[in-house]
Amino acid sequence: MNKVVNNAREAIKGIASNMTLMLGGFGLCGIPENCIAELAASDVTGLTCISNNAGVDGFGLGMLLRRHQIRKMISSYVGENKEFERQLLSGELEVELIPQGTLAERIRAGGAGIPAFWVPAGFGTEVTEGKPVREFEGKMYLEEQWLKADFAIVKAWKGDTHGNLVYKNTANNFNQPMATAGEITIAEVEELVPAGTLDPNHIHTPGIFVHRIFQGTNYEKRIEFATTSEKQ
Amino acid sequence: MSLDKNGIAKRIARELRDGYYVNLGIGIPTLVANYIPAGMQIVLQSENGLLGIGPFPTKDALDPDLINAGKQTITAVPGAAFFDSAASFAMIRGGHIDLTVLGAFEVSDTGDIASWKIPGKLIKGMGGAMDLVASARNIIVAMMHTNPQGESKLLKRCTLPLTGVGVVKRIVTDLAVVDVTQQGFKLIERAPGVSVEQIINATEGRLIVEGEIPEITV
Repeated sequence: MNKVVNNAREAIKGIASNMTLMLGGFGLCGIPENCIAELAASDVTGLTCISNNAGVDGFGLGMLLRRHQIRKMISSYVGENKEFERQLLSGELEVELIPQGTLAERIRAGGAGIPAFWVPAGFGTEVTEGKPVREFEGKMYLEEQWLKADFAIVKAWKGDTHGNLVYKNTANNFNQPMATAGEITIAEVEELVPAGTLDPNHIHTPGIFVHRIFQGTNYEKRIEFATTSEKQ
Repeated sequence: MSLDKNGIAKRIARELRDGYYVNLGIGIPTLVANYIPAGMQIVLQSENGLLGIGPFPTKDALDPDLINAGKQTITAVPGAAFFDSAASFAMIRGGHIDLTVLGAFEVSDTGDIASWKIPGKLIKGMGGAMDLVASARNIIVAMMHTNPQGESKLLKRCTLPLTGVGVVKRIVTDLAVVDVTQQGFKLIERAPGVSVEQIINATEGRLIVEGEIPEITV
């Protein structure tokens, strides 16, 4: 078993134009910075990107948007990005907006082999359009289907050479479900350790889901809204 | 004298009960955290994967890996737990959150809420709002009674794209506390010095007014 690659450039080998990618992160928290930078430097285009948010102008997925590499975004909230709004309103970019919980569960279902399931979120709204609805125990639900990707790109705090991953604080978010739902899953980690280092009781993503892992570098970890108080 | 946003938050904080798990939306709802009664234990859930939101950090304790759903840096309290987004929404969808507080553009007198989209102007996405309103045990809306143009936000029917249908239970505005009942809005309390007539004039939807309406005390 040799999942370890040297860097993002090696990790993203095989990602081609028009593929569907999943990219972890919530806002800028927990985004796979190295892979995104590598993709932004490549000729890959026409991508469908499944990611909760679209980065900010010039950072995160904003880097791919700026170079017009994304054809379609599947997200739950895309507010912090002027370029995104511009491309959306002009029709250059196709966007599918999905309730965040439904998005997370569609991805989890993709990794878990569950093609369809029922949720209440969005019943009676435009989200319901075209979907079967059904009543369970007096409450209305709509049918949603799994989401899978050609490549899932996730960012973790620690990972080992078997692909086991541990996330930190709120940088987990969509990384954990996405790691299960890629045909190929790439993990970039802050700290790559030999197998046997991590406590098996404290693994978030068992290595079975991860195909390529590398030690990331130079994480900027930009903060969108640094908010402080005088005293605690 | 109508309530300001802190007054609205203070009034909503009176709905809290010891041991509640609560999700607070961005805007006025976040202020509710400032008015949790002394001695009451409330656990605040952040949909991006934290149970136990603490105060904003001091400058030296900023952690880019620790943010709330509004992407602000936060801290975590003792007894907190981190988890992924699928687990977070399982918590929400599974009916484990006791109270959700969120803002809105419009609420209808049957409890519909429009809070996420203004066609042609604001199409940023719904985030977790639809999940929250579809599944929380109790949903309170915090908003101004009228919009900047002076038009009522408590309507017969929402004109804007919906976040949820028939989900809102209680609304706290700068003018009043209003419940949603089978017969429409019901006036529960009025802001200090605000008359019932003023509230009726500001409410486009069906509004039941029965008996003496007490003033909000905060």
